[in-house]
Amino acid sequence: MERRKPSESPLFQQLLGLGLALLLVIVVTSVLIALSGKSPLAAFQAMIKGAFGTKNSTAETMIKTVPLLLAALGLTICYRTGLTSLGSEGQIVIGGLMATIVGIYMGGLPKPILVPLAMIAGMIGGGLWASIAGFLKAKLGVSEIINTIMLNYVATYFVSYLISSGPLQEESGFYPQSDLLSQNAWLSSILPGTRMHTGVIVAAVSVVAVYLLLWKLPLGYQMRAVGNNPIAARTNGIKVARNMVLAMVLSGVFAGLAGAIELMGIHHRLMNGFSSSYGFDAMAVALLGGLHPAGVTVAALFFGALRTGANTMQRTLQVPVSLVNVIQGLVILFVLMQAVLRSFTIKLFTSKKGAAAKEA
Amino acid sequence: MDILSGFLEAMVRMACPIMLASLGALFTARSGIINFAMEGIMIMGAFFGVYGSHMTGNPWIGAVFGMLAGLAASMVLGVMSISVKVDQVVAGTGINVLFLGLTSYLFTVMYPNGQPSSVNTFPTLPIPVLSGIPVVGILFRQSLLTYLAFLLVPVIWYLLNRTTFGLCLRAVGEQPHAADSLGIHVDKMRYVAIILAGLLGGLGGAALSLGQVSVFIENMTSGRGYVAWSAVTVGKWNPFGIMGASLLFGGAEAVQLRLQAMGISLPHQFFQMLPYVLTMVVLAGVVGRTVGPKAMGKPFIKGER
Amino acid sequence: MGEKVLEMRNVTKRFGRLIANDKVNFDLEKGEVHALLGENGAGKTTLMNCLYGIYSPEEGEILLRGQPLALNGPKDAIAHNIGMVHQHFMLVPPLTVLQNIVLGQECRLSPMKLDRARREVEELCRLYGFQLDLDTKVADLSVGAQQRVELVKALYRGADILILDEPTAVLTPTEVEGLFEILRQFVSQGKSIIIISHKLWEVKQISNRVTVLRSGAAVSTVFTADVEESDLADMMVGKKVSLQYEKTPVKSQEAIFEMRNVNVTGSQRASSLKDLSLHICKGEILGIAGVDGNGQLELSEAVMGLAEIQSGQVFFDGEEITRVPTRRRIERGFAHIPEERMTQGLVMNFSASENMILNCYDRPPFTKNHIFDNRAVRENGKKLVEEYDVRPRSPEAAARSFSGGNQQKVIIAREFSQDPKLVVAVQPTRGLDIGASEFVHHKLLERKEQGAGVLLISADLDEVLAVSDRVLVINEGEIMGEFIPGTISYGDIGLMMGGTRQGKKEGDPA
Repeated sequence: MERRKPSESPLFQQLLGLGLALLLVIVVTSVLIALSGKSPLAAFQAMIKGAFGTKNSTAETMIKTVPLLLAALGLTICYRTGLTSLGSEGQIVIGGLMATIVGIYMGGLPKPILVPLAMIAGMIGGGLWASIAGFLKAKLGVSEIINTIMLNYVATYFVSYLISSGPLQEESGFYPQSDLLSQNAWLSSILPGTRMHTGVIVAAVSVVAVYLLLWKLPLGYQMRAVGNNPIAARTNGIKVARNMVLAMVLSGVFAGLAGAIELMGIHHRLMNGFSSSYGFDAMAVALLGGLHPAGVTVAALFFGALRTGANTMQRTLQVPVSLVNVIQGLVILFVLMQAVLRSFTIKLFTSKKGAAAKEA
Repeated sequence: MDILSGFLEAMVRMACPIMLASLGALFTARSGIINFAMEGIMIMGAFFGVYGSHMTGNPWIGAVFGMLAGLAASMVLGVMSISVKVDQVVAGTGINVLFLGLTSYLFTVMYPNGQPSSVNTFPTLPIPVLSGIPVVGILFRQSLLTYLAFLLVPVIWYLLNRTTFGLCLRAVGEQPHAADSLGIHVDKMRYVAIILAGLLGGLGGAALSLGQVSVFIENMTSGRGYVAWSAVTVGKWNPFGIMGASLLFGGAEAVQLRLQAMGISLPHQFFQMLPYVLTMVVLAGVVGRTVGPKAMGKPFIKGER
Repeated sequence: MGEKVLEMRNVTKRFGRLIANDKVNFDLEKGEVHALLGENGAGKTTLMNCLYGIYSPEEGEILLRGQPLALNGPKDAIAHNIGMVHQHFMLVPPLTVLQNIVLGQECRLSPMKLDRARREVEELCRLYGFQLDLDTKVADLSVGAQQRVELVKALYRGADILILDEPTAVLTPTEVEGLFEILRQFVSQGKSIIIISHKLWEVKQISNRVTVLRSGAAVSTVFTADVEESDLADMMVGKKVSLQYEKTPVKSQEAIFEMRNVNVTGSQRASSLKDLSLHICKGEILGIAGVDGNGQLELSEAVMGLAEIQSGQVFFDGEEITRVPTRRRIERGFAHIPEERMTQGLVMNFSASENMILNCYDRPPFTKNHIFDNRAVRENGKKLVEEYDVRPRSPEAAARSFSGGNQQKVIIAREFSQDPKLVVAVQPTRGLDIGASEFVHHKLLERKEQGAGVLLISADLDEVLAVSDRVLVINEGEIMGEFIPGTISYGDIGLMMGGTRQGKKEGDPA
């Protein structure tokens, strides 16, 4: 009988909850740093400095933000349609693979053609890879959750095979990596003297595109309806399975794009672990960003800064980088709890006020 | 013959951690909770198993450490899904990220020079007579933990199907409101399931790190927690089915190890893929033909249907 | 009679700002059947949930045989020999009958010993003449049998105060008779019974006393023998009920919709459609009467194109549409008021105005040149909340924040604003108060006047008779008979609902 509160609570409450969640993350992280005998304050300082201290560090933060943002935008579509995909990592890997194939074997093409072509190849690859889980869900009703995870491992091992003993291994056959992509497939720098590449622009355009898709196209309305209540959507003649597959594919498209850009902008060749688990972090980014393109952008920047800053922190203070994972895990958990945190604080606050009023 | 017995030995050994974790996950599944945190629970068990064994020199104390660490991770899932009532899959993923990170962090902080030296593993315990049988005798030259895992299968089956505790647990997972109307404490039963899952999952993790190699490697569970959860579905929510599913996955890993050792020319990555591909194939075959507990994944809110 | 076994004094239960029970007084005497009468949403079930320990009331007290009773959950109620049969059965389908009956008595690791329980349950069944196979899974039982399991469950726990929540809603008239027989037997053994109902004749037939609840408050308690049904109706709604509408004759003989020998596989065998044929004329309301779960859902889904049609043909306006998908049907003028408004009808997290375009979001004015126009959506919402009197008038509020009646208005606004030619209305007034029900009925009649065909599927026989021009009775997915309201007796309708084909009874003039 009792009605739940509208999920769309006022902005202030949302921010209050988020603020509390982040505060708790900082507290727990500080304890962990202190346990290792380091000063939390110094560690956080090193982190901030490492992320934004110089032109170069800011650029590094930006280029780490790009793949996180792209993959998280894909997941935003997916989660809004009611699918829990955990498969961005594998889709990134496949996207990178496709970009590599185009970048190496079609290397003769001029840059203005080759760059978009390699990106599109990455998008198609990621989309197709994601569609496997999408179809299994739509046709057989198998949970997409497990399958997307399994596909991550399969993709990783597949690429690992291709570059260590398979056809894509570098000519010299020494390291498990591919040859360098044709220079025509490399993304150019947009900030001289840094690695900040044109992928940043692609990511910015994608933010707008996903916003338009979700709120300015009938398709977005349809997907959100499916995500919120598939039964009502079906009753009104919306094809639920088709929307689910489509959302899955779109999430793969964005992840694939992330993989292609990461490869063309940074590594310039395919190697094991080039994605450095951007796909897993994207999930936290999407959730922290409230499944809204604007929020996701802020969250991706935050996580990008965290990654860059953590490297500096490790270099200067010898605090292990794996702390970043701890922080991300804590972010997911505390953000999930924010509604509870919020109501708890509000209750605490009002009861104190009440007590104060009585005393007066 | 050596090949076969080597394969059997590896299969049983590889199946053991998955089976323990999967049996633990079965309790949560039966009580209506999606245990997506098994990966995090197992990695905690794996790390603290090594830690305990290294500190005390006794692998069994290590196993207890592992179980308690698994319990801690599992309790986070319990609080999130039972008390805070959030999305169980997302919470599980958060837990996995957190504990994969935490164990790596602790490992680097506590063992700055790499692996702790001289960690004791579980001793093998040959069963007289049986272990002398050719080929299959190897199955009776396992560690005590492996025997324990197999012994747990009928025990848990009995617990679920022949005791009133099992009856209550199944009712909670199927129709929590009906259970509540009969005075069964739904949340309490679910916490019991969470505790059992934590202990068994932690033990499974310890079995992984203290089984044969006795090392902790960052992220060493590499998806076994997810495989263990899939094994619950593949095994049709039944301990014996889970045993079969675990042996299947263990077999896939054993094939990979054996063929690699034999120097078969196929690239090893294809064998490494095998358990994951197998999971997908078997799931696609099984799902739709079995029905899991009805209330799975749904938080229980009193009075709300 | 005389001895008061139970008393509730000034019981108040709130849900947030909603007062579900407002200072309710209620008492139960030994050996009586006390009916709790009221419309849906009057607070009957909430009051009984307070008595059964599921809710704890904010104010008031409960006295059991003169002693104050503190309930911390159903377990306490059971311990005090209070039993309840909920409207939605509290059974675990994959467990056997016996397991369901003993469930929750203990949770131990020791072996389950059911021998003694089995003997006791068998004894109970013998005593009351229940036929129950204790080792069948509950999932395999009929609804009537499941209800008997619930009764035995309560008796096995030693209930001598028995609460029954709308026990007849899912039964055929014959089964209702059987149930009442059992209840009389209970009473003769000294048990006391509270029966929740909103059906007047039922209350009149079985109860000794009646307490009427209206919007959470107890209006009055009377001896059943002292009052007429119409008096009870007045008390229940606070004004004269006029479930009687002016019906204009059907003008056209031309069918707008027709089904020929349609077969659809349902969720259960009993609900599968078997060679079902029917037609609806333009400007006609065709009622489908029958007990829940006899293929009504499948029928509505077959009409809307939501269910797969195994064999047979479907026509709309003279054209075959058997394989036409739902979306295309909606575009051609199909409207659907689904049975479950919260799950099938509305996206609860969407605003009312977003919900009002769920069937037409991809057409102008809401989508123009492939772009979604949010302003058109909001304006449409603003217009429709006025036109359909949705309260409060806040089209941008989430659908979940509206009351049941207003949620239904949102659905009707959506469906009827598209000027439909065929309306499928399934249980359109379930859970609504009389005012909202009348609104819905008037809207259906309005559609009819405008020449649309209406298929009204309802388990509420009074509603079907009051609104329809022609009625078909459905049982186990087959049509049992056809009649014009007012031409045959309730008894004959009841027989058809129970599975007797029209005209099969001896001496029936047909």
